[in-house]
Formats: sequence, structure tokens, C-alpha cells
Amino acid sequence: MGMHEQIAGLNQPQNGEPARTPQVVTMIEAINLALHRAMAADPNVVVLGEDVATNGGVFRATLGLKQRFGHKRVLDTPLAETLIAGISVGMAAQQLRPVAEIQFMGFIYATLEHMISHAARLRNRTRGRLSCPMVLRAPYGGGIHAPEHHSESTEALFCHIPGLRVVVPSSPTRAYGLLLSAIEDPDPVVFLEPKRVYRMVRQEIYDDGVGLPLDTCYTLRQGEHLTLISWGAMVHETLAAAEQLQHQGISAEVIDVATLSPLDMETLVASVQKTGRALVIQEAAGHCGVAAEISARLQEQAFSSLRAPVARLTGFDIPMPYLRRENLYMHQAGDIVQAAVNLLEAP
Amino acid sequence: MQYTTTPRQQQQFITPEGELTGSLPEAMTGDWLQQAYTTMVLVRTFDQRVVALQRTGQMGTYASCLGQEAIGTGIGLALQPDDVFLPYYRDQATQYLRGVSFTRQMQYWGGDEWGNHFPDQAAQDFPNCVPIATQVTHAAGVASAMKIRGEKRCALVTCGEGATSRGDFYEAMNLAGVWQLPMIMVVNNNQWAISVPRQIQTGAATIAQKAEAAGIEGFQVDGNDVCAVYDVVRYAVAKAHCGKGPTLIEAVSYRLGDHTTADDATRYRQHEEVNAAWQREPIKRLQTYLHQQGLWSEAKEQSLQQQCKQEVEAAVEAYLALPEQPLADLFDYLFEERPRQLDHQYERAQAKLTALGGE
Repeated sequence: MGMHEQIAGLNQPQNGEPARTPQVVTMIEAINLALHRAMAADPNVVVLGEDVATNGGVFRATLGLKQRFGHKRVLDTPLAETLIAGISVGMAAQQLRPVAEIQFMGFIYATLEHMISHAARLRNRTRGRLSCPMVLRAPYGGGIHAPEHHSESTEALFCHIPGLRVVVPSSPTRAYGLLLSAIEDPDPVVFLEPKRVYRMVRQEIYDDGVGLPLDTCYTLRQGEHLTLISWGAMVHETLAAAEQLQHQGISAEVIDVATLSPLDMETLVASVQKTGRALVIQEAAGHCGVAAEISARLQEQAFSSLRAPVARLTGFDIPMPYLRRENLYMHQAGDIVQAAVNLLEAP
Repeated sequence: MQYTTTPRQQQQFITPEGELTGSLPEAMTGDWLQQAYTTMVLVRTFDQRVVALQRTGQMGTYASCLGQEAIGTGIGLALQPDDVFLPYYRDQATQYLRGVSFTRQMQYWGGDEWGNHFPDQAAQDFPNCVPIATQVTHAAGVASAMKIRGEKRCALVTCGEGATSRGDFYEAMNLAGVWQLPMIMVVNNNQWAISVPRQIQTGAATIAQKAEAAGIEGFQVDGNDVCAVYDVVRYAVAKAHCGKGPTLIEAVSYRLGDHTTADDATRYRQHEEVNAAWQREPIKRLQTYLHQQGLWSEAKEQSLQQQCKQEVEAAVEAYLALPEQPLADLFDYLFEERPRQLDHQYERAQAKLTALGGE
């Protein structure tokens, strides 16, 4: 599948008025539209991070926000990720709704102490007296030949933490709707954007300010013979694989998990009860990853329906290779087809 | 680029011997001095009672504020109700003055999260902060919210001198300088971060001078002199309220007790040092001064001691009578609504509690 290298000009949203006509946008444009919409709808929404104000973000997710909403609500911070997370906790405790950008997931680790010890626990520690309605956005994943430390998929770090929602959109439509819902959510959300998809596909969306539900999977394709489960950039490889499998007479159901924590097991279990087989595809390293959790739970909750052990197709347990070899690490549609065929041949 | 002062010399109004170093500011009337004294005596009575509760198995691990009473009291008397207080964990006096009762403080240290559910007058204050220095960045966020909204309020955060070695402290102070935040950082320099003495935390001559690198004002005061603490915090609060930016305050004191009830300070410091520190502690000097001014008497002292004991005992009684929090509370405050994913786990916990004979 081809990547659109060219950056399209943004359609700035109409002031206040929900759009009645659709726009064809990339994921990064959809994120920008959602941020504009959320800031217009709620004066408590503030955007902060490195290079987000004057520059509009290194990927242009925050383009035009400072011009439209002013420097008090769109804040270029000093270069300090711990600070970005920490002040977001403080702002959220004052009933602002900070949407903080970490420039790349490779730099998100400095936020972990605040996300784990404070954002995830503030409501619980104070028995509801204080809360932390913040969103921590970051581009993640490989596939754009980025510098070292720019291509990892370490979403499982956050999924392990009670009190955090972890949301991963895989298309312009879901990026728009899920981001709006994440900003409206009364609790902290880690919103990880597969940057390989930023400009990969275009979709028609209505900039109507309507969010999509969190905590639920999205079934993208109905099928009978097996269930393919993935999220982020892998969804596109999975959909391509399902298409190829169809040519071989294999009908695959495709589910985009979308909210990695808490997990919507009902949708996954119902699908596996129908198909009897599941393959979980993740870009990240396999050990202790989200695919491991999904596999274990399917084994616990749908054992009697399974006609084969749940299979996983994950990254190797090695550091994400630097750009020359990243394709070897990341799975392509062909790898998924092969794994699906193997699973169907399993006794 | 505004580049501010070299820190002032250590500021002190009342010496350890109870002598006045100069004239007291007008605000510190006889009544005010007696209120400050009364608070410090009360908090010390409370603090020592909590340590005793821990020793008899009726309290969790507890961080004593012995010798820190002047800092907490000075802050508590200077801060306004609308301001937000972000403590570390030796702030019993400030919390008390802001309306967090001794019973609630004991509920916290006794292991129940409801102890962090402060009453209305302190509804926006943060709970104690155990991960060192992280509260300083939260304070910068709280102050940012106030600045964004154009409010006449400020955030006051405390930490120990050990916390000033951490990135959070520097990152937050740096931001406070850039954004000119209504924020006050009070460093309780009590000379010890568990077993690590002040001189191996930093090569800087003072903690206060760290303010210079952030382009903000920094002061060092005698943290055992409640008048000095009150005076500088009052100055910083007024400054923050009128949009003149942040202040770093180093309050020099001494941790007279162990780090916590789980610590034994005799392993790493000398009796002579602790004995010398007792000569500079905050309560005795104010009592001496009050006597000299004819504002205090043996009878008043006896009556105060009696009152403090009664108030603390009543709080202890209320603490010991607190009911166990419902099991559901452990699950119901994770998110605004309990996610259905937790229902099964809650049932398991309920079954375990029932098996253990609970309700």
C-alpha cells in the first residue's frame, strides 16, 4: 500500500458550526479537526507540549490552534516531558482538560512516573475529591524511516496500569471520534497515534463534534473461519491480509481493538465463539504485550469454542531495528496470511 | 530578561535564645504570636501521639514533623483559603490550619484513602505526595491553570532539600520562571534525606540560590522561626496574587525525629548534632519570647498543655472508632464509573472478604 508523502492543506473548521458536508482527510488532519472542535466546544480544553503552538506540532496535529484560540490555551512548553505530564496533572486537578503532546513515544518514558503514580491514581487516592481528565497524545510505531528511538510500540507499558485508558485509533474516522471522546472523558487517557497511518489513507468524515465510544472494539469486517485481532498500523496490514485470504476462500473477521485498556472482551469472545479461531497481530515485541493478555483471556473465556490455540503474530523480542531493517521487524499482509493459513491447518 | 537578587542572608526575627533581632512586622501582634505558639504546641502534641500509636500497632508507618512545626504553621497562617496547598509529607501543621482535622490526618496515615478526602475548605488541596518532588510539577500545573484563568490565587508547594536534587524540582521551577507562575516553593531544608546529609545533596552553598538559574527570587530563612517563615511566605503570596511571579523559599530547620517510624536515625547521625539542634528548635524560643513580653505564664502553659492533650485524645478516639471503608470503594474510584471489566474481580474480592469473615 502506498504512503501519501504529500501534506494536504487543511480545511480549517467553520467557527462553531458543525460541518454538514463531509471532508476527505488524512488521520493527522482528522486529529487536527478534533482538536479544533474540542477547543471550540469547551473553554477548559488546553493544548500543550513541545512545538505545538507556533509550529503547530512536528506532524502538524496542532496546526492553527494557537492562532485561533490564543497563547493562553495553546502552550509551547520548555523541552521537558516529565514537566509536561506533571503540569497536566495539576491543570486537570483544577478542572482544565489538558491535551498534552509528547513528540514521539520514544520520549514518553519520562512521563511514566506522573502517569502511573498520579494521573492514574488521583481520583482513587482522594476518593473522588480530585480527578485527572487529561489526554496524553503521542505518535507511535514504526514504518516511516524515522531516527533512532522514534519507532517503538510500547503501549503495553500503559495498559499494565490500573486507572489509565489506552486508546489507539487506526483510521481518520476513528482518530476524530475517539480523540473527541478521550478529551471528554473524565479520566486520564493515553492516546497513541500510529504515525505510519498519519498520511497513509484518506477518509470522508463529518466534522460534527460527535465522538465515538471508548472501551469498545470495532469490527471492520465480518467473517466465518477465523478472527484477526489487531490495532494501530497493523489494522491496515490485517485488512489487506483478509482481502488476500478471501481470494483463497478463507473468510476472516477483522477486529480493531481500539481501546487497549480496559479491554472489550465481549466483542472478541463473541467473534471467537463464531469463528473458533483467533490470531492476534501486534507490532510491538511479544513478551508481556497486549496480544499476550488478549490470548490469555480468550483462552479463559472462550476455551470451549476454540478449535485451535489462540495464535499471536508479534514483533521479535529485540529492540526495534533502526530504519534499514525495520521492515523485517514489522509484519506485512503476507506474514498475516501465512499465520492465518497455519492457524487454519492446526488440528 | 529579568535577573533577580542574590539570596538574602538567612532571615530571622527571634533567635534560639528568644531574643528579637529587630522589630517585628506589625501583623505579628501578641494575639498572632500566641496563635502561632498554640498551633505549634498542639501539632507537636498530635505528632508525638501518632508516633506512640504506631509503636503500639494502631497506626501505619508515619513521618513525624518534630522540629518542623514553625514551617507548617508559618505557611498555614500566611496562605489564603482560595490558594491551593500541595504538601510533601511533613505538613501536618499546614493541613491542620487549612481544616484537615487530626482525625482525618490519622485516617490517612492509618492506611485509609478516605483520609485524603479533605473537607470543603481544603477541597482543592493535594494529598500528601510520596514520590519525591513530583508535587512540584503538579503545583506548576495548578498555578498554570490559575494564570490561564486570570485568577488571584496561588499554588504553594513544599518539599525537602533532597527533593531539590530531582528533575521535577528543576523542571517546575524553570517553567515557573518562564511563565511567571503564581507559585511558591517552600523547601524544608531539615538537613537529612533519610540518611543522606544536606552536604551531599548539592554543591550549591544554599538551596535558595537555585532560584537564580530559573530567573526567579529565592530566599533563605530560619525555618525554626515561625515569624520569619510567616513573613517571607506572606510576601510571596502577596506577590503571586498580584501577578509578580514565583518565589523559592529555603526554610532551614532540622529533622529532630527519625525519617519515619520505620527509620532509626541513630544509625547515621551523632547525638551531639541532634542535641545541638534541639537548642534551636522552634517552640522553646517563641515561648521564651512570649514570657519576656509578659504574654505568657506558667499557668497559661499548663492550661494549653491540658487543652492540647484533650483535643488530640478526642481526635484519636474518633480515629480509632472509624469504620472500615466498604470494599466497593477500592474499585469504584478508579474511573468515574466502574468499568464492567472490573465487575468479576469485584465479585472475587467480595467472596474473599466473606470467606475471611468480613461483610
